[in-house]
Amino acid sequence: MAESTLAERMRPYRVLLASRARAQMQYRASFVTDILGTIGVGLAEFAEVWVIFHNVDVLGGLDFTGALLVFALSNVAFALADMLVGHLDQMPRYIRAGQVDAFYVRPLPLLTQLMTSDLSLRRVGRLSVALVALAVALTTADIAWSPATALLVVLTIISGTAIFAALFTAAGGLQFFLVDGAEFTNAFTYGGSYAAQQSQQVFPDPLRIFWTFVIPTAFVAYLPAVAILDLDDPLAPTWLAWCTPLAALLAWGLAALSWRLGTRHYQGAGG
Amino acid sequence: MTPFWILTRAGFRRHSTYRLALLAGMTTNSVFGVIRALLLLAALASAGSDIGGYDAPTAVAFVWWGQALLGTVNLWGFQEVKDRVRTGDIAIDFLRPVNPQLAYLAGDLGRAGINLVGRGAPAILLGGLLFDMAWPPGAASWVSGAVSVVLAVVVAFSGNFTVNLLAFWLVEIRGIYLMWMITGGLLCGLYLPVPWFPNWLRTIAEWSPFPSMLQIPIDILAGRVVGAEIIATMATQVFWATALLVLGQVVLRAGRRRLEVQGG
Repeated sequence: MAESTLAERMRPYRVLLASRARAQMQYRASFVTDILGTIGVGLAEFAEVWVIFHNVDVLGGLDFTGALLVFALSNVAFALADMLVGHLDQMPRYIRAGQVDAFYVRPLPLLTQLMTSDLSLRRVGRLSVALVALAVALTTADIAWSPATALLVVLTIISGTAIFAALFTAAGGLQFFLVDGAEFTNAFTYGGSYAAQQSQQVFPDPLRIFWTFVIPTAFVAYLPAVAILDLDDPLAPTWLAWCTPLAALLAWGLAALSWRLGTRHYQGAGG
Repeated sequence: MTPFWILTRAGFRRHSTYRLALLAGMTTNSVFGVIRALLLLAALASAGSDIGGYDAPTAVAFVWWGQALLGTVNLWGFQEVKDRVRTGDIAIDFLRPVNPQLAYLAGDLGRAGINLVGRGAPAILLGGLLFDMAWPPGAASWVSGAVSVVLAVVVAFSGNFTVNLLAFWLVEIRGIYLMWMITGGLLCGLYLPVPWFPNWLRTIAEWSPFPSMLQIPIDILAGRVVGAEIIATMATQVFWATALLVLGQVVLRAGRRRLEVQGG
């Protein structure tokens, strides 16, 4: 067993994910409706940015293209994280239904089982809105393209997804304590995503520090966007944009801690 | 005591059981309140003047009243009746000596009450503490604002209830419900004030029932709408409340004729 290759160890997860994906596509009409729904959610989020720029030309140091880039980067990352691990939001339901115990008796780690227990394909709707916004922002903005810029875009999307996934996981860990107060964690998962969409210049300094070093959502979109567009913000130097993977590591450190505490605290559903 | 009042009290007590959930909801509302207030303040600073009749304190009031009333006015969460129609449990509601629509309305008013006390009031106090916020300009605004909130709860409930009833004809109304939620969320004035919209979108919003669910009470409480204008905006709410309640009754009657419950 110790000799098993990575591919072999990944096999159960592949099978699980494939079955989840197939299950969702069984009811075609319902699946299409859900996708249209998440497209609608994405468009409604975009409408907020668009309506503000209908009234002003510059917001928090960003023009419309800049704001669109921040919106797009954060939404791509959030939609990806939501698709992969967003169902950790359902932890209280799993805990109440005793489903967590069912996961525990299987010979795979709890967290990876939970992560692969669902794959919310319907969220491709929101992802596609975000990707279109990203394509428009990257082509219309005045960007001095270089290999480094392209690398930064890719790095940002990967790290941003990791940061939001870490927030969902941290929230999942806290659910073991909260159960009825599940909505507490929305404050930093959905609240963090909302903060990530904004130009950080709208926040007073203490809040900027909070969204950079405590819950690092500034790294998801704003800090990289400033570097990509070569804007002037003394609190967002270019080198900080390249620290995005470090922020993801920090977020995952917190997530791991929260998850550990949560699972240690869990006593079973009494079955 | 009338059954309506008893059901209202039951709704209040049912939702007051989950105190931690109320506190959690208030926390999330407040985080969004802080971010959105700062966003609107930045927009006003960038414009250098009022936008659509909102100055800084009114804009802050718009945001925080919106967050405070979000739990009170049930914009999204009402899906109970749809499930009861699908499972056939609605037949039991028909057997009761109270009209189902009024029974659910009573429960929803109770739910709104506890959410206003437990979730809305603390949120609005926090908003007033953190920001320079416009309070209702006088007793008339407080009183009419309170009535307007009740009307908003009724409009949102009766709209949701009618959409739920479509389950009599369609097996799965998730798609329609999603459409209702997304359009409503955008047009009710939760994200941004309706007067900030471009003209065409504003016209659509003003011809829809959605501003009656949030924008109108907020505007009265924030002091953007005062004097005789209050009466005009509340008349809109009364119109939509009546129209949607009547529509709900008509749909309910048609659905009742269609209902077929197996077994028993």
